[in-house]
Amino acid sequence: MSGIVSYGSYIPKYRIKSEEVARVWGEDPESIKNGISIQSKSVPSPDEDVATISVEAARNALKRRPIDPGEIGAIYVGSESHPYAVKPTATIVASAIGADFQIFSADYEFACKAGTAGMQNVKAMVDSGMIKYGMAIGADTSQGAPSDALEYSASAGGTAIIIGNKDPIAVINHTLSVTSDTPDFWRREGQPYPTHGERFTGEPAYFKHTVGASRLVMERAGTKPEDYSYAIFHQPNGKFPVRAAKTLGFREEQYRDGLLTPFIGNTYSAAMITGLSAVLDVASPGDRILAVSFGSGAGSDAFDITVTDAIEDMNRRAAPTIKEMMSNVKWIDYAVYAKFKKKIVFGENID
Amino acid sequence: MGELSSIWRESSHRYRLVGHKCGNCGTVYFPPRDICIKCHRESIGKISECNLSGKGEIVSFTIVHDVPPAFARQRPYAMALIKLEEGPILTAQIVDSDMDEIEIGRKVSAVFRRIREDGKSGLIQYGYKFVLDG
Ligand SMILES: [Zn+2]
Repeated sequence: MSGIVSYGSYIPKYRIKSEEVARVWGEDPESIKNGISIQSKSVPSPDEDVATISVEAARNALKRRPIDPGEIGAIYVGSESHPYAVKPTATIVASAIGADFQIFSADYEFACKAGTAGMQNVKAMVDSGMIKYGMAIGADTSQGAPSDALEYSASAGGTAIIIGNKDPIAVINHTLSVTSDTPDFWRREGQPYPTHGERFTGEPAYFKHTVGASRLVMERAGTKPEDYSYAIFHQPNGKFPVRAAKTLGFREEQYRDGLLTPFIGNTYSAAMITGLSAVLDVASPGDRILAVSFGSGAGSDAFDITVTDAIEDMNRRAAPTIKEMMSNVKWIDYAVYAKFKKKIVFGENID
Repeated sequence: MGELSSIWRESSHRYRLVGHKCGNCGTVYFPPRDICIKCHRESIGKISECNLSGKGEIVSFTIVHDVPPAFARQRPYAMALIKLEEGPILTAQIVDSDMDEIEIGRKVSAVFRRIREDGKSGLIQYGYKFVLDG
């Protein structure tokens, strides 16, 4: 059965604290921190974008298992912050890892679940025999408008998952998706910052899809929350995934390891799969994992996964673990953050 | 368009640090060379591509303070001569570091970054830079 044969992540090194953002906008840091449960978030360097983050994540996946890049038959990159409006990120990743000319590739968009949509796609392609290995990447360098609530959460990161049949470290037993037309969050073409439909963001969007897809996949798998060692949910803030987990009947020890947003912020397309990456860093054979993404607009992709004995043979330390990337950081203040994120604008032709 | 073509032609060595190796004496070249400067004619037909590890050591560096406007967000930045494990020496920017952390002899690893962009509508060039090893 097909599954995850390797995985790799990349989180930029720079961090800003929520209290620093709150200081600038005259908000109460404690109520912000408690309200969204985010202490700090990652910030990309001015020379980083979704292409560079995707390449680093892809290379980290190839460090853990040295697959011949020529055997990767498909690369899909899911993001809502691709560097070009027209010119695929996937072409840059394919070239940077030395993939073959003959390869399926495309960029995907579905708010924060475009990366997991790619996982489902490459799994189907592996299962149907179209390709030997497929790489799905979720990466973002998302923006929140100055003083908007999203400025406390919108961060940067990426994870690459390689799917194949040969000695998977984690088998994907079941996957399914739910979709509905919901106006919770959007960004029109050419607009730098997104708009959120306040009253739609919680119940009718995040919870309905995330909890709904979780229940459906457990029903299909014939499992109950207590069958899982780990549960990972999309994490736009530190509060929503915890509430989703508790609603479904999961305990803290099941969702703790995959909950990264309180420390790195919301990495959007990378959020759930980077949580999965953190869990794969520590998981043992036989561990069962429920992993459910959410994309505004809206929909959820759910995965029922079982870790195999092959994870013991993998040198997981061959690439940086999520814990390592969370401890090796550089703190910046709001002025440097504004400079890095191009909130300070130069003249016409200078980006 | 001449510049676009050369960016495109050089993308494999810029993106992936692909060098050339002389099959006669084993010398590795980066950027790639079609003829070995030690073996000259002996190397003809014996040059092959080789993937460099991206691991190296700083042999010299300078801190750039006087930067073009497009690099103002990165000022000051360090440019270093880096000797790769396989032998070649190249020039590259050191990123994600405070300037006082950069020293001759420090081990570094290649990362994939934006090198430059041609205004807001032009092509974005990607390639190698380096970070200090932890
Ligand atoms: Zn030679």
